[in-house]
Amino acid sequence: MTTTAVAPTTTAPAVPAEKRRAPRDWRGWLFVGPFLAVFAATFLAPVLYSVYLSLFRHQLIGGDVFVGLDNYTQAFGDAKFRDGAVRVLIFLIVQVPIMLGLALVAALAIDSRRLAGLAIFRLGIFLPYAVPGVVAVLMWGFMYNDRMGLVGNINDLFGSAWLKPFSQTWILPSVGNIVTWEFMGYNMLIFYSALRTIPEELYEAAALDGASQFGIVRNVKIPALRGAIVIATIFSIIGSFQLFNEPNILRPLAPGLITTYYTPNMYAYNLSFFGQQVNYAATVAIVMGIVTAVIAYVVQLRGNRQEQR
Amino acid sequence: MSFLTLDRTSHAKRGLLAPRKSPVLTVLMCLMLVYALLPLAWLVISSTKTQASLMDSFGLWFSGPFAFFDNIKDTLTYDDGIFIRWLGNTLLYVVAGAGGATLLATLGGYGLAKYQFPGKRAVFAIVLGAIAVPGTALAVPTFLMFSKIGLTNTVWAIIIPSLISPFGLYLIWVYAVESVPTELLEAARVDGAGELRTFFTISVRLLAPGIVTVALFSVVAVWNNYFLPLIMLNDPKLFPLTIGLQQWNQQATGVGSDPIFNLVITGSLLTIVPIMVIFLFLQRYWQSGLAAGSVKQ
Repeated sequence: MTTTAVAPTTTAPAVPAEKRRAPRDWRGWLFVGPFLAVFAATFLAPVLYSVYLSLFRHQLIGGDVFVGLDNYTQAFGDAKFRDGAVRVLIFLIVQVPIMLGLALVAALAIDSRRLAGLAIFRLGIFLPYAVPGVVAVLMWGFMYNDRMGLVGNINDLFGSAWLKPFSQTWILPSVGNIVTWEFMGYNMLIFYSALRTIPEELYEAAALDGASQFGIVRNVKIPALRGAIVIATIFSIIGSFQLFNEPNILRPLAPGLITTYYTPNMYAYNLSFFGQQVNYAATVAIVMGIVTAVIAYVVQLRGNRQEQR
Repeated sequence: MSFLTLDRTSHAKRGLLAPRKSPVLTVLMCLMLVYALLPLAWLVISSTKTQASLMDSFGLWFSGPFAFFDNIKDTLTYDDGIFIRWLGNTLLYVVAGAGGATLLATLGGYGLAKYQFPGKRAVFAIVLGAIAVPGTALAVPTFLMFSKIGLTNTVWAIIIPSLISPFGLYLIWVYAVESVPTELLEAARVDGAGELRTFFTISVRLLAPGIVTVALFSVVAVWNNYFLPLIMLNDPKLFPLTIGLQQWNQQATGVGSDPIFNLVITGSLLTIVPIMVIFLFLQRYWQSGLAAGSVKQ
């Protein structure tokens, strides 16, 4: 991503581009001001308020007491919090590469033009993105059911009972499947959009050099996709760390398998909502926010360094 | 459909490179397509079944009496038509939240692209940082703050947090740099038009595809919103469709429950149809809008 505004190139040579631009004054605030005001109220204020809350603890005698970083020390030693954090870490190490790999293959396949009916593939694979998370989980939840669902039908067909999405071993992959289904098409579209921006001359040059299809993919397309892959990876990592909707909706369908602290977000939600521990809930939310930001930053740094090489 | 023609022209352009169709690749992609569409097919088929035949028939084929229209009628009338109320709530949240988000992002992105002003760099850094903060990370902090000031369990608890779309602002900024010529704005200024007047009469038209893209993704975000309304609302009369459906589902699975799985399924179908229709009709806009965003990455 570029961090500085790029002025449109003007062809009129008489006046330098700098002077043709609007003078530096406060008029821009007319446009940016409303966004920033609401941004401050909905982004900055809740975060600052949560940081403030995380420094206090509610006690039966004396009410809210300033405790410094005690809540943070507690969070780092909290087995439930660690349980959820480790789970989303495992989830992201396995699920993100599978989802992005599938999306990449799909984008390259559509871009290669070696398929009939391109528009159907592109739209069809993207369609799940438009399905609300709640509906996606409800649908898969029904299908996962090994008595009345599709999985039950399959088990009947083979006369076996080996397919058990709602079991201790399979519940996390079952969640991963739903997330992959929801976002594979969206990531495919991001990759595909980036592939479309590769200039035609590069392909012609590669063809003149006698490059194979595979060579073009490896030496032209993948390098051109690097930026898009970094962005998609960052957003997928953030999504994994913030995992909430899917396990929370599956919870009543898979009683006993999904705990109230299954992911850190579920933990924070249950703490603030049912446990009345707002100070500690704020701490958990802040810690997860920081961890997510740090990992996203590291991925971006690594991605950029490889680009320069 | 215009994308079909676009593909065809660039296909012709790449004529000398045009590879043969590959059966292996086609089969592979068909498998992915089946994976993507299978749950939707299951949903459509299941919405034609009665509660009884849902339980004891093969999921991917029709069975029992054709109950599609009965299911729709039951979904819309169950519990004094609460589903219609949820639909109305969702529309309110979408119009106010996504509409407001689009307006604010358009104004802000345009301001960043076309004006030099003090503090611009700081604004830019903050917004770029905020793109990486997902809504779910803010839900708990926002809930804690809103419950302190008594805004929970009101429509504002859903609308206000929906108003900000940092990604939308970024997209409009990129789009405005490319598509609104500075000379045109200069000419309007020379003619004595005010900045806001110029924006609403000239720039908005040039920005239209970008605005449609941002509006569409904001609509999807609000329509599909789950965590925020879940944590903010406890009055069923304020629920959007997503929370309502989940409540029906919980009601159907709990102890001593009223099994209304057929209503959950039909309600789910009714919830996704409008979004899909919008996506299909506006695909020309959002696909070009996304392409513009990816140029700058």
